[in-house]
Amino acid sequence: MSSELNELYQQLILDHNKSPRNFGKLEHATNHAEGYNPLCGDHFTVFVEMDGDVIKDVSFQGSGCAISKASASMMTTAVKGTKKAEAEKLFEKFHSVVTRDIHKGIDDLDELGCLGALAGVAEFPARIKCASLAWHALHSALRSDGAVVSTEDTGAN
Amino acid sequence: MKPSTEILTKEKGTGAETSFDVARVREDFPILAQKVHGKPLVYLDNAATSQKPQVVVDALTKYYASQNANIHRGVHALSELATYEYEKARGKVKLFLNASDSREIIFVRGTTEGINLVAQSYGRKFIKAGDEIIVSAMEHHSNIVPWQLLCEQTGAVLRVIPMNDSGELLMDEYKRLLNKNTKFVSVVYLSNSLGTINPVKEIIKYAHEAGAPVLIDGAQSTPHLAVDVQELDCDFYAFSGHKICGPTGIGVVYGKANLLEAMPPYQGGGDMISSVTFEKTTYNSLPYKFEAGTPNIADTIAMGAAIDYVHGLGLKNIASYEHELLAYATEKISAIEGVRIIGTAEKKSSVVSFVVGNIHAHDVGTIVDREGIAIRTGHHCTQPVMRRFGIPATARASFAFYNTMEEVDKLAGALLHVKEIFGS
Repeated sequence: MSSELNELYQQLILDHNKSPRNFGKLEHATNHAEGYNPLCGDHFTVFVEMDGDVIKDVSFQGSGCAISKASASMMTTAVKGTKKAEAEKLFEKFHSVVTRDIHKGIDDLDELGCLGALAGVAEFPARIKCASLAWHALHSALRSDGAVVSTEDTGAN
Repeated sequence: MKPSTEILTKEKGTGAETSFDVARVREDFPILAQKVHGKPLVYLDNAATSQKPQVVVDALTKYYASQNANIHRGVHALSELATYEYEKARGKVKLFLNASDSREIIFVRGTTEGINLVAQSYGRKFIKAGDEIIVSAMEHHSNIVPWQLLCEQTGAVLRVIPMNDSGELLMDEYKRLLNKNTKFVSVVYLSNSLGTINPVKEIIKYAHEAGAPVLIDGAQSTPHLAVDVQELDCDFYAFSGHKICGPTGIGVVYGKANLLEAMPPYQGGGDMISSVTFEKTTYNSLPYKFEAGTPNIADTIAMGAAIDYVHGLGLKNIASYEHELLAYATEKISAIEGVRIIGTAEKKSSVVSFVVGNIHAHDVGTIVDREGIAIRTGHHCTQPVMRRFGIPATARASFAFYNTMEEVDKLAGALLHVKEIFGS
């Protein structure tokens, strides 16, 4: 198997795909937003329960490919209990890693923690939208506008 | 052009008899010799677009290097040559479809534009509020949306022929849908996402009994099945050049002359008029009435070269070889545990759509791509079909006459690899 494939479908990602964390509807959600990729049908709803400025709880439900599902699952574990601004900063960092120029190294990958497992997505341009989908939905939910985010009309990638 | 019989050969003693010298044919396609991710390219996305033989690439180069001029207006030698070559291509399409007159061959950008032309020109004139238009449950979006637009504009209603779990149209339901309000029927000949070959001759017959004209979406059928528009008795037939080994951006809509005569122009501009004053413009005769502006001359001529090429191989030989490929691929792919083929109609051609357990089609596509195998993953512009089968997407291998049994083996091997990665 090619090393890029090994990197993309590593054990941690396959595990989150098979046993997604924080999966299901959040009973006391204060905000939620949908993320939809009309090209492949990936469709997730991200629920958040805010306590002031803190993401007290977060979950997601829906369906999609292994990359989008694992990314959503890992995102929920990463942002649960963080402040809104921290979550947004993490999204920026994550986005810059998965959309990076693959010929350049990555600085401070450690900041991403387990999310760093998705760094290999950058080798697969067609799959960057899969990895980013849940994050765009979270971003929308945190802004509380509840807008459905589509990978095809937000310029999201 | 070699007569088709010259490429007929028999592989003896292998048990796998074939009447098609695929190794020879592959030499005509330079792109097939390349490697992708370090592996020989296995191109199984022919329903999206076919590859181009060298003769088509040469026709394009020759046109731009030695024949380029605008057509139908110059008296100079080059313009006359370009016009001659362009109209010669129309003659080739006429023979290819067995139309009764080359005036019935309208050049458009592709199947999509052909359907839109008919919906807007025929539809806006002859279809009114309360009229019914019938399409089928397995249409490509390009044979749904133009009719929905027409319905919005006119107040007509869209009716849909349902299908069974194998992906076959329910003909009894179709007959029930036909009534005095049915004013148009538009159906696909060969489904791009299921591979079903629809009984279009029967569909046309019943529609005519109800007094409705029929358009056949030939985007997928044209490169795989011999088509005779007079024998089918279809009123319109649309196809794309790029799916029959020709260039992108060129296609054809055939229409019966009496219908085309009665239809208003689709677009206005140069070439489609016979005289223009600010008070009144009279339109040109067929087919030019529907070809406003400078057309896609180069690609039309190259599509003519593609038709010559395909005709030289013989549509019957192509269909028979592709049938062997389909049978072998169906056997190999369905033998893999957990794989479910979507579209199991009795009459099928060249398409195997499938899901691998609960592994998403995009993951399947990414993994086999690294083996050099190009397949399509997604909804294939047929979202209603996906909904009908309760799946978000399929992986689709679609074959052409230059694919081989070995390539089918490689796909099957790659699918085992997908399952291995996902531990299923």
